[in-house]
Amino acid sequence: MNVLLDTLFNGLAIGSVLMLAALGLAVVFGLMGVINMAHGELMMLGAYTTFVVQNLLKNGPLEGLFPIYILISIPLAFLVSGLAGLLLEKTVIRRLYGRPLETLLATWGVSLILQQFVRSVSSAFFIGLVVAVALGMLAPRLLPAAWWRQRWSPLLGVGGWIGATVVGIGLAAVLGNQRELHQPWFSARNIDVTAPEWLQGSIEVAGVTMPTARLFIIALTVLALLAVHWFLQKSVWGIRIRAVTQNRPMSSCLGIPTEKVDALTFLVGSGLAGVAGVAVTLLGSVGPNLGGNYIVDCFMVVVLGGVGKLLGTVVAALGIGVLSYILGSGSLLLLWPQMPAGLNETITFFATTSMAKVLVFILIVVFLQFRPAGLFPQKGRMVEV
Amino acid sequence: MTITSNSAITPATFLRRWWPWIAIIAAALILPFVLPPFRLNLLGRFLSLGIVALGIDLIWGFTGLLSLGQGIFFALGGYAIAMYLQLDSLEPGQLPEFFGLYGVKELPLFWQPFNSAWFTLVAIWVVPAVVAGLLGYLVFRNRIKGVYFSILTQAALLVFFNFFNGQQKLINGTNGLKTDTASFFGQMVGSDAMQRNLFWITVLLVIAAWTLCRWLTSGRFGDALIAVRDDEPRLRFTGYNPTAFKTLVFTVAGALAGISGALYTVQSGIVSPQFMAVPFSIEMVIWVAVGGRGTLIGAVFGAVLINYAKSLISEQLPETWLFIQGGLFLLVVTALPDGVVGWWRQGGPGRILAMLGSSPATATYPGLDLDPEVQAERRAIESRAIAEESGAREIGGEP
Repeated sequence: MNVLLDTLFNGLAIGSVLMLAALGLAVVFGLMGVINMAHGELMMLGAYTTFVVQNLLKNGPLEGLFPIYILISIPLAFLVSGLAGLLLEKTVIRRLYGRPLETLLATWGVSLILQQFVRSVSSAFFIGLVVAVALGMLAPRLLPAAWWRQRWSPLLGVGGWIGATVVGIGLAAVLGNQRELHQPWFSARNIDVTAPEWLQGSIEVAGVTMPTARLFIIALTVLALLAVHWFLQKSVWGIRIRAVTQNRPMSSCLGIPTEKVDALTFLVGSGLAGVAGVAVTLLGSVGPNLGGNYIVDCFMVVVLGGVGKLLGTVVAALGIGVLSYILGSGSLLLLWPQMPAGLNETITFFATTSMAKVLVFILIVVFLQFRPAGLFPQKGRMVEV
Repeated sequence: MTITSNSAITPATFLRRWWPWIAIIAAALILPFVLPPFRLNLLGRFLSLGIVALGIDLIWGFTGLLSLGQGIFFALGGYAIAMYLQLDSLEPGQLPEFFGLYGVKELPLFWQPFNSAWFTLVAIWVVPAVVAGLLGYLVFRNRIKGVYFSILTQAALLVFFNFFNGQQKLINGTNGLKTDTASFFGQMVGSDAMQRNLFWITVLLVIAAWTLCRWLTSGRFGDALIAVRDDEPRLRFTGYNPTAFKTLVFTVAGALAGISGALYTVQSGIVSPQFMAVPFSIEMVIWVAVGGRGTLIGAVFGAVLINYAKSLISEQLPETWLFIQGGLFLLVVTALPDGVVGWWRQGGPGRILAMLGSSPATATYPGLDLDPEVQAERRAIESRAIAEESGAREIGGEP
């Protein structure tokens, strides 16, 4: 009995992290049909926000807030990742609606850029970047208006951006000679977020040791889930989002600003990734590669759950979490010591975290043979078969 | 290209028709003696990556299936040849060295057939092809397509990666299998002479793969592939079975990836689970995208170009490569959807020149095409035709 409870709790803990990470993806992918490969990197931004908040509050005038820095960083991470997502939507994804494969590749490109960005960002780099973007955006105003009516004006636009980039790189290189400006903010190393004291202990209930950090993540997941549910079902914008999901042209005809709805959906989805990033920092040190560890798992949750249904995401995430824990920890052997030798060998073979993942993915692929649209498929005429 | 049977083949026409091939043969013969061994080895590797790119071009450029899991087949081919080389350079009764580290006394069963060179030569492409065919059949049978297919192939890639990474006792796990110190026909695989031969083999196989892909895409089969890409339901309603076409082409791409992986392995000296890392498989897609999807030569060109750029930039400024690669993804998707070769073929350079003031290429006579008066007249006629058409539509009711 004890083993069973223990297994359930640990599975729930793994599942809740997955669910939190996949929730934003489910919103974006489910409602907009957009594949965001940079979702993991948006999580990473959330994690780095937590790190920055922790360091800002550790010493200084706001020291009194340090014990609750994790609570402060949740809305901040939501904001940082959400705004990054909004920027991504406005600049790249907007041009690619209706071309999912292209979106996939473009967002992968963005994820590479974000990864390298947190590795190599330094003050000099940042100033150079800001100057380059400002110059590039101002180029049309700075150059003589007559130039823009020439035959070669398309080349001028490209040339303006190239020139701005060169100026930015040059500036960053010059500033980089200054020692304090050259120092990378985060570097490629992993960062550590120390959980506040009240999250470090553990609670024992019915013989099961539950680390407080895990309980906190579970609570955070439940809250996020309720918030998303409320937002989509009850709020005005949530209703608009659902309307656009069901029938875009008709919603547009009835006066719903579909472009705003798209942007908002993306902002919420990306913000949720940021919140997931905060949760992930409690589990161990995080680095620029954080996103890669989660992205495929998150997609599997969304695909298994069925696109466009929050309930599907919940069930799939918990299912995958519990199953991976059961297989990976080998607790089946503890529950049923007298199992036949052949089965015993098979289960021991898969009783590591990575091998459990292998088996779980194989099971998902097999499951999709019978239910190609996932656990809770969308129904109706509008569904693209 | 039309070939009329009775046209006399003068040296001039011969040269005009065959110059790319003459250039390729000349380059393949001369380069090994001009380039330093390190650069030649790099070129050979990148050319072998061109074969996997050809496969991706077949499934993505022509059939519209974006696979993010070609690394599976690539690595399977690599492992097949590496296992053979490991066994081949042993004395009878010996086991590859790493088995001793994990206390394995007996050669695992699936290693046994790799004692035979013939089996290995077949396995290099048949094993990946079978895996690809099986995976493809299961996925396509359920009409899983678009991004779902991409995600599933990526998940499959992760499955294989975790499996190969975790199995020290079977396949040496993370460390992979080394091939450069193995001997083959009494010579070290890593030696310069051997590498030169491998370069020639690579060139031959790239040409063979290109010919195969060209043959596949030029006939009715190719038309069916393009039909799958452009409008699959319509193809199905016309009575064809898209599943068969998709499975077949995915299998071919898998076999090509296996061959490519084997060639890459012997030239880079090691095969490891990193060949199945998620980023590497997506990188393969960008080679094709930059070169030009839907153009076979673009795939090979893109693979060589991007990898050369990568190795040059990584030598000088390693931290900028990811920025450049990410930028390439964005650039290709937003500005150059047909890649460099596609842009070239659609008259891209001509358009740039036209912007800079040289006379643009024209369909008829420049005097007619560029005369403003003639142009204005033409526009008037066209707009009148459009107005008439839409007028007819209004009268006719439904468009």
